[in-house]
Amino acid sequence: MMPIGYYLFLSMALFLIGAIGVITRRNVIVVLMSIELILNAVNINLVAFSRIFGDVAGQVFALFIIADAAAEAVVGLGIIIAFFRNRETVLEDEMDLLKW
Amino acid sequence: MSPTLQAVLAFVQTWWVELVSGVVIVAVVPLVAGYIVLMERKLMADMQARLGPMRVGPHGLLQPIADAVKLLIKEDIIPDNADKVVFWIAPVVSMTAALTSMGAIAFGPAFQVARDINVGLLFVIGVSSLGIFGIVLGGWASNSHYSIMGALRSTAQLVSYETAAGLALVSGLLLAGTLKIRAIVDAQQHFGVWFVFLAPVAFFIYVVASIAETNRAPFDLPEAESELVAGYMTEYSGFRWALYFLGEYANMIVVGAVATTLFLGGWLRPFPNVRWMNWLDALPALFTAAVGAYCVYRAGKQPVRVQTWFMWGVALACFVVALILAVPLLVAPLKFLVPGLHGAFWFLLKISAYIYLFMWLRFTLPRYRFDQLMHLGWYILIPLAIVNVLAVGVAMILEMEYGWNRWLAMLLTTVITLATALFLLRLNDKRAAAASSAAPPPEEPSTEDSYAG
Amino acid sequence: MLDKVIFFFFAGVAILSAGLMVTRRNAIHSAVFLITTLLATAGIFLQLRAEFIFIAQIILYVGGIMVLFVFVIMLVRLDVALHQIQFSRQKWVALLVTLALALEVGVMLWSSRKVPGQGFLLPNAVPAGKLPPNTEALAGRLFDAYLLPFEIASVLLLVAMVGAVVMAKKRT
Repeated sequence: MMPIGYYLFLSMALFLIGAIGVITRRNVIVVLMSIELILNAVNINLVAFSRIFGDVAGQVFALFIIADAAAEAVVGLGIIIAFFRNRETVLEDEMDLLKW
Repeated sequence: MSPTLQAVLAFVQTWWVELVSGVVIVAVVPLVAGYIVLMERKLMADMQARLGPMRVGPHGLLQPIADAVKLLIKEDIIPDNADKVVFWIAPVVSMTAALTSMGAIAFGPAFQVARDINVGLLFVIGVSSLGIFGIVLGGWASNSHYSIMGALRSTAQLVSYETAAGLALVSGLLLAGTLKIRAIVDAQQHFGVWFVFLAPVAFFIYVVASIAETNRAPFDLPEAESELVAGYMTEYSGFRWALYFLGEYANMIVVGAVATTLFLGGWLRPFPNVRWMNWLDALPALFTAAVGAYCVYRAGKQPVRVQTWFMWGVALACFVVALILAVPLLVAPLKFLVPGLHGAFWFLLKISAYIYLFMWLRFTLPRYRFDQLMHLGWYILIPLAIVNVLAVGVAMILEMEYGWNRWLAMLLTTVITLATALFLLRLNDKRAAAASSAAPPPEEPSTEDSYAG
Repeated sequence: MLDKVIFFFFAGVAILSAGLMVTRRNAIHSAVFLITTLLATAGIFLQLRAEFIFIAQIILYVGGIMVLFVFVIMLVRLDVALHQIQFSRQKWVALLVTLALALEVGVMLWSSRKVPGQGFLLPNAVPAGKLPPNTEALAGRLFDAYLLPFEIASVLLLVAMVGAVVMAKKRT
């Protein structure tokens, strides 16, 4: 059987890649996708620990995280569409309506 | 022997049944899809008082093979401005999703690739819904207006109707109490009745939603030829186009199998528990034998010698199948084969009936407009499906907690759901009337709001 | 053995396509690679015998959220954004910070590998054959101990849905 460390390293790698995406990309849609990746990395941890300890509570939390990711994506994309209608851009450093 | 080779051998030894079944599915489904197309053309011809394909083979029986050869040797065009890799991969996604989801379907109690999936039915609908990416990516990669319009329509349509289909399945699953495909069919045997009689509204919603999901008329907006040339497939030709086509027909088989498993009793024959109906066990063999006899009758009337021989060949094949179906019934030591063989026969017969229904509707009904489609999905089918889930739940509580008669409870909830349907329809009519009287009819129907919902 | 092969295959696919997802210029390509990552993660869940999470991942994440992403990407035509600079000015600082974080977490994980009983090589507690049926166990826990969070999650989804419709609707 697989030791837990493998899953932790996989989850860490995905989390960090997602973090890099969030910090460095300018395109807001890709930033949102990177956030989804981060949430997904967390899910791997939860499910792996749930398997190790033989307790499904971890999987319940993973389900909640998936629901949360759905809510977040829906609202985020709604904001992007509304913003694109007004400013014709999806780059995050051009979203400066409060600056003058 | 090296340890790696040993491991591979052990793997093959454990899983060879599954591997062989998988190969069988991949090999047989394209052929079956070709013959479904032939069936469809023949049926359309019949309903329009024509003959349909008649040239290749007797009554056009070899037409699918000719079509396949034609598609394979056609020039394979990739548009200059297309995104090459995505363009190349999209039809494969469509096809793979449909074939993979077939892995969990039980074609009769004996033939099923993935036996022990705890979430069987969800696996089937989940994986088959991935086929949407083939459509969307193909439409986007073609870099053409018609394609992208088709892809956008397809996404909106599939997402809307998948919700309704999923909710309709939930009502059936409430009755079955499990997600495992075998257990669902066993539950129907235990109830002694197909779930279509207990939850008819759910079945109706699933039929409508599954037509929309497979992009077939009257909901074939993504490929409406009078508006969009061919929708997302506009730029595709040759083999890639054939893959899309196969994916669509494989998807029809999948939705048919899901409906059969959950609502039409799976591989159970009609009246599975009624003893005096046992003569139905002989029906599969008699049915195939009758088809063979008809082929013999037609063989004498063929104009060309070759066609007579071919007809005799088909008749012979039918007789062999009839024999295979009949012998286990009569010979005691082979009795263990009966459930598998006859189960597969009934299952395939039910899927065929379902697909026949699809074709019938296609040739009968005119195509919907896009906003009508969205209204039907969001304002009528989804609310109705939600009410139906509640109603079935209430009926089950009435039966289990308060000891009501099952049929009385189900009848009551069905009436409630139908009343809701009537109410929704009236509401929709009222809104449509108000909209048409308040504003002059717009130049073109606006679709933006439907997308946003 | 088989478990290991499956794990390393899916893990490799997941990490590779995650990396490609972050670096692609075209947002649709990013979405395709994210879909690949999510499917590979679903494979990891299956390898962990979490069947329900596996299928929830496929239906909700891949079949729902990612379809929405692709849809929006096609709706806001990104031809202009394609030719602009893709990474912000802080990218080197960001990379440095992330690498530091990686080093930190990595050292922590690595140094815990020898703690007996709870470290890196903690063996699996329950053998695969003795697990209860996944969906039933999950449902039992979800609708018993976690009923209130479940209801709150449904309210959250409703709010998000209404919010999205309000925001994306054209003002007339």
